[in-house]
Amino acid sequence: MAEPLSDQVEEGPGPARTDEGPESAVRALRNGLRVYGLIVAMWVRSTMTYRASFLMTTLAGFTVTALDFIAILLMFSHVDALGGYSLGEIAFLYGAVGTAFGLTDLTMGSVDRLGRRIRDGTLDALLVRPAPVLAQFAADRFALRRLGRITQGLLVLTYGLVTVDVDWTPLKALMVPMMVLSGSVIFAAVFVAGAAFQFWAQDAAEVQSSFTYGGSTLLQYPPTVFAEDLVRGVTFIVPLAFVNWLPALYVLGRPYPLDLPQQLAFAPPLVAAVCCWAAALAWRAGLRSYRSTGS
Amino acid sequence: MRLYGVVAAGGFRRFATYRVATAAGIFTNTVFGFIMAYTYIALWDERPRLGGYDVSEALTYVWLGQALLMACAMMGGGFEDELVERIRTGDIAVDLYRPVDLQLYWLAGDLGRAAFHLLGRGVAPMAFGALAFELALPGSVLTWAAFLVSVVLGVLVSFAIRFVVALSAFWLLDGAGVMQISWLAGLFFSGMMLPLNIFPGTLGEVARALPWSALLQVPADVLLGKSTGWGLAGAFAFQAGWAVALLVAGRLLQSAATRRVVVQGG
Repeated sequence: MAEPLSDQVEEGPGPARTDEGPESAVRALRNGLRVYGLIVAMWVRSTMTYRASFLMTTLAGFTVTALDFIAILLMFSHVDALGGYSLGEIAFLYGAVGTAFGLTDLTMGSVDRLGRRIRDGTLDALLVRPAPVLAQFAADRFALRRLGRITQGLLVLTYGLVTVDVDWTPLKALMVPMMVLSGSVIFAAVFVAGAAFQFWAQDAAEVQSSFTYGGSTLLQYPPTVFAEDLVRGVTFIVPLAFVNWLPALYVLGRPYPLDLPQQLAFAPPLVAAVCCWAAALAWRAGLRSYRSTGS
Repeated sequence: MRLYGVVAAGGFRRFATYRVATAAGIFTNTVFGFIMAYTYIALWDERPRLGGYDVSEALTYVWLGQALLMACAMMGGGFEDELVERIRTGDIAVDLYRPVDLQLYWLAGDLGRAAFHLLGRGVAPMAFGALAFELALPGSVLTWAAFLVSVVLGVLVSFAIRFVVALSAFWLLDGAGVMQISWLAGLFFSGMMLPLNIFPGTLGEVARALPWSALLQVPADVLLGKSTGWGLAGAFAFQAGWAVALLVAGRLLQSAATRRVVVQGG
């Protein structure tokens, strides 16, 4: 973590290097991750300077997301099932998406500040540094306080896991971590694609929230609650259904929406990979079309 | 008085400048409206007449929430960040020199902002909601007029709360923590997440008595025709009472702050 920066400049392949091939791609990826790690470590040190503030903001983050779940609890003070799903089952869905989204928010949450950086011109500073822009950007203002959100998600997930009535098999047990990790990667791809969109529509940062925050709110509830067209949209257009619905419905042994085949429960890693590929294309296209603010 | 009119118009124009951002915001409000509408349908499917609403009234409540979210600044986003920043940096000293009253100046600007947000961010999501779902919108002009009065009172209460919170920065310097707490309370106790009249037991009674219920729950009940006659007068009195109490609190805090706080800097 504490290697001197000069070292990185020597070997840094950077995005501009022309030789392509699997070896240089691996090298570029490793370099990107190392840069990311260095910047994250810096922000964590800076956060820890104000410990009280860190604790308070983490607690606040925990409470914000907890309010969501309290609203669901209040709903269940009136009903026994919502869309045919019990509280435990909804807690399972909620916890899975909450944890997955929390992980993405922690590691990539800063990328939705792209529009602001373009407006005030500070993006240019990132472009001249010998390190991948996306790595610098994702690590920028890394906010450890977002651990609060993950903690809340994990707590609800645990509650859901304990209360649901499931015949656990090794395969079903494996589905849970697979779902959280792939889901988090799918959300990361949505974040990056949304950031790429901001290269063209700088003031439209809020559109991104409807897919990230809106998506994670949507996935807290079972698909039976929503209209079929909406479910179709989040399955085939923005594949958020793969974050938790399809794998979780398999674990719960529930019928699939839209008569989708059950095998799709195992698709999330694949869907995540395809999403990353698409997001990478969008990001590169966006970065190439970027012309500074001028003057 | 003319001065404050100009400030209010400036507040309106300032937010009207960002058209793409407004369109993006309308899109987001609409998406959240759809998501919440379906969850409410599921809830009212199980328990028709929950909280005294039928399904179309509950849906109207959802879309009204999205329409008033920005106007009543239920998630913050008004002037308070700016005021806290001016207090923290000491720029507030310049403001205090100016021949305007601090509270009235920010109130005028916030009223202008709210007027824009009501038109720019409120009408469109409501229209989308009305197109997609069957809403229980009133036919009588009088109900709409009463609703508008209630919204204006709601904006006043919202301003008064945020002004008090922002002034706490005179003593705390870093207002982030308090602002976050007030933002949380606003989101939950305004009824943005769930109508306050379906909060159970004591929690419900407390929530309905707190000032935040003036931001969404009271205007919604006025629009849905739940408050009529003396009930309507009671609703207005509730909102106006909180507005006056909190504005006076803000005024007292303001005079205390300007009297005893030493502004930083050379």
